Amino acid sequence: MRHVLSVLVENEPGVLSRVAGLFSGRGFNIESLNVAPTLEEGVSLMTISTSGEEQIIEQIVKQLRKLVTVIKVVDFEGIAAVEREMMMVKVQADDARRAEVLRIADIFRCKVVDVSLNDLTLEATGDHGKIQAILSLLARFGIKEIARTGTVAMRRSMQPETA
Amino acid sequence: MELNGARILLECLKREGVDVLFGYPGGAVIDIYDELPRHDIRHVLVRHEQAAVHAADGFARASGKVGVCLVTSGPGATNTVTGIATAYADSIPMVVLTGQVPTPLIGNDAFQEVDIVGITRPCTKHNYLVKDVRDLARVLRQAFYLARSGRPGPVLVDLPKDVMQAKTEFAWPEDVKLRSYNPTYRPNLNQLRRAVEALIEAKRPLFFAGGGVVMSDASEELGWLARTLSIPVTSTLMGLGAFPGDDPLWLGMIGMHGTYAGNKAVNNADCIVAVGARFDDRVTGRLSAFASGARIIHIDIDPTSIRKNVQVDIPVVGDCRKALAGIREIATTRLAEKDWATAHEPWLAQVSAWRTEQPLTYVKNGSIKPQQVVETIFSITRGDAIVTTEVGQNQMWTAQFFTFRKPRTLLTSGGLGTMGYGFPAAIGAQFAFPDKLVIDMAGDGSIQMNIQELATAVCNKLPIKIVILNNGYLGMVRQWQELFYQRNYCATCMEAQPDFVKLAEAYGAEGYRITEAGELESTLRAAFASPHTAVIDVRVEREENVYPMVPAGAALDEMLLV
Repeated sequence: MRHVLSVLVENEPGVLSRVAGLFSGRGFNIESLNVAPTLEEGVSLMTISTSGEEQIIEQIVKQLRKLVTVIKVVDFEGIAAVEREMMMVKVQADDARRAEVLRIADIFRCKVVDVSLNDLTLEATGDHGKIQAILSLLARFGIKEIARTGTVAMRRSMQPETA
Repeated sequence: MELNGARILLECLKREGVDVLFGYPGGAVIDIYDELPRHDIRHVLVRHEQAAVHAADGFARASGKVGVCLVTSGPGATNTVTGIATAYADSIPMVVLTGQVPTPLIGNDAFQEVDIVGITRPCTKHNYLVKDVRDLARVLRQAFYLARSGRPGPVLVDLPKDVMQAKTEFAWPEDVKLRSYNPTYRPNLNQLRRAVEALIEAKRPLFFAGGGVVMSDASEELGWLARTLSIPVTSTLMGLGAFPGDDPLWLGMIGMHGTYAGNKAVNNADCIVAVGARFDDRVTGRLSAFASGARIIHIDIDPTSIRKNVQVDIPVVGDCRKALAGIREIATTRLAEKDWATAHEPWLAQVSAWRTEQPLTYVKNGSIKPQQVVETIFSITRGDAIVTTEVGQNQMWTAQFFTFRKPRTLLTSGGLGTMGYGFPAAIGAQFAFPDKLVIDMAGDGSIQMNIQELATAVCNKLPIKIVILNNGYLGMVRQWQELFYQRNYCATCMEAQPDFVKLAEAYGAEGYRITEAGELESTLRAAFASPHTAVIDVRVEREENVYPMVPAGAALDEMLLV
C-alpha cells in the first residue's frame, strides 16, 4: 500500500541522512523523497512516498517520530489531501508524430518547455496516478529522458466529515 | 570571562555531575587532556577505546547515572563503535566524546580523520558535530538530557580540535529546549484502566519484565502488583534482578535459554503484562507460536517497541514505573472485585508443577561443571555482588544459575551480544561502587577480547574478580555446531591458549587455577577475599551445553532439555 508522509524536520546538517539511513537500515521502501525549506527558518519539509503493509507503515511513522530532529510526521492516508508531482519528459517526436504527442500533452494539460526537430520536452504536473498515465501513453513514442520531483502533498482545508 | 572549548567542556561535565571519565588521549584531544588536571574529574586511562565505552556503560548500568568516555579522532573514534552499539541495543545512558580534526580540515581526509557522526548515526540515540565553540555548552546540555531521558541511550559529541581551542563567554544553559523531542512519561489513564480490566478477567496472567523495569526503578511497583494480585513473573535477560529470583512467584527468564516453567507459562498464559521489554527474537522464539492464547498488555516508553514484533491488545506508552504505579492505583480500588489468590490458584499450581517437573539442572559427574561454578559463586557471595558477563555460554549459565535478587546487579550485553563486554564493564561498575564485590563471569574466548584491561584494573587497584569458565572452546558456537551442524567444530577450538595465571601475574594481578571440583570453593573464597585484581582460571567440562534450549525458529515450548 502506497503512503505519502509529510515530515517536518529541523534543518540541521545530516538530517537527510538520518531519515534516509533510517529507511535503508530498517529495510523500508522509499519511492520518492522531496525536501525543501518552509516559511520558518531552520525548518524543512520532507515529503516521502513509501509503501508497505500497515504494520510497516506504523513502524515507519513511529521510527521517524523517534528521530530527535523530526518535529512532526503526518501520514496522508485517510486524510483528504492534494497530492502533486512535477515531471519533465523528453519524448521522441519527429514531424510524423509530433501532432499526436501534442494531442496527448494537451489532454493532460502538459506544457511544452522545449522542442527540437526530433523531440519534445513536456512539463506535467499531477498526482501519482496521472504522472504514471502520461508515462504509459508516451512510452510508445520513445521516452528519451525523464526528471521527476517526487510527490509533495498538502492537507485540504475542508475535511470530509468522516476524516 | 572567555574560556576555551576544552575548559567549557569540563565545566559542563562537572555541572552534569560527572566525576569519572573513561578515556584514551590522542592528538585531537590533547587540549582537553591539558585542561583535565585542573578539574575535579577522575580520568581512567584504559588500554583500548572499546573498553572506555564498555566501562562507561558498566558505570551507567550499575549506578543509573550517565556514563562518559573521551577518545581521540579517527581510530580512537572508530574503536568506540562496538561499545556504542552495545549501549544502544540495551538503552544505556551514555555520552561519548570524540576528538575530531580541526574544522578547516574536515572532509579533506586529514590524518586521523573519520566521519564518526556519519558512522555512528544508526547506533546512537542522537549525535552532534560541534562546529562552533558558542554551540558547545548547549550541545553538551542536550547530549546529557537526551542520553538520560525517555528511552535512554548513547549520544556522541564530536569535538574538533580548533573548537576546543577557540574561546567564548561560557554560559551554562539552565534548561534544555528541544521542541522535536518530548518523550511520553505519563501513560494514558484509559489504557491503564483497560489493563486492570484485563487482569480482572484473566485466569492465567503473567508478568514479563524487561530491562525497562530496571531502568525506570519500577521493581517495587512490580513486586507489589505480583504479590498483591498473585501473578507469577518472568523476565528477559535484561530484566533479571527486577524481581527477586528467590520469590515463590518467580519463574525464571524466558527465551532461547529460558526456564521450562517460564517458557511454558508464556505460551499458556491468557494475559501477559510485558513491562519495558521489546520482544526480541531470542525471547519470543517462533513468533507465530508466541503467547498465542494471551491478551498482551505492553508497557514501554518507546512507541516503536510496541507492535514492532508482536501484536498487542493494550498498548501503554509511558514510563514503566509510572505505568505500574498507575495500574496499582486503579487495582487498589478494585481489589474486591476478584478473589485474586483463589482465582489464580490453579494457574499458580500449574506453573509450580512445571517448575518442579523441569527445574534448571545439570548432570553432576565429578568434573567441574560451569553451572556449579556459578552456583558456588552465588553461595559464597550470598548474591551480594555485581556480576558482569561476557557473551555466550558463560552469560547464559550466569543468567540461569545465579539468583539475582536486586536490579542493577547483573550487567550483560543483552541486545548486541558483545564478547569482551564484561571485564571493562566490571571496571566501570567498580568505579561506581568501590566497596562492592564485582565479578566478571567470562569464557576463555570472550576474556581475550579485552584482556588488556588487566593493566587498567591493576593500575587503579580494582579488586575485580574475573572467573574464566575455561572449556577451551568458543562454547556457544560449538554447542550450535554440535546440535545443528553435525559436530563440525570449525574454528571454535581455542588452541594455543595463554596461561591465564601467568598472564594475570605478568600484568601484576593475581592468578588462580582450579582443576579439581574439590578446590572450587576454597580457591574461589581465597580469590574473592583478596584485595587485588584476580583472574581465576576454572577448567570446566569442555563440552557442557546450555539447556534448556529453544532451537532458532522453534516455538518457545519446543525446548531441548538436559
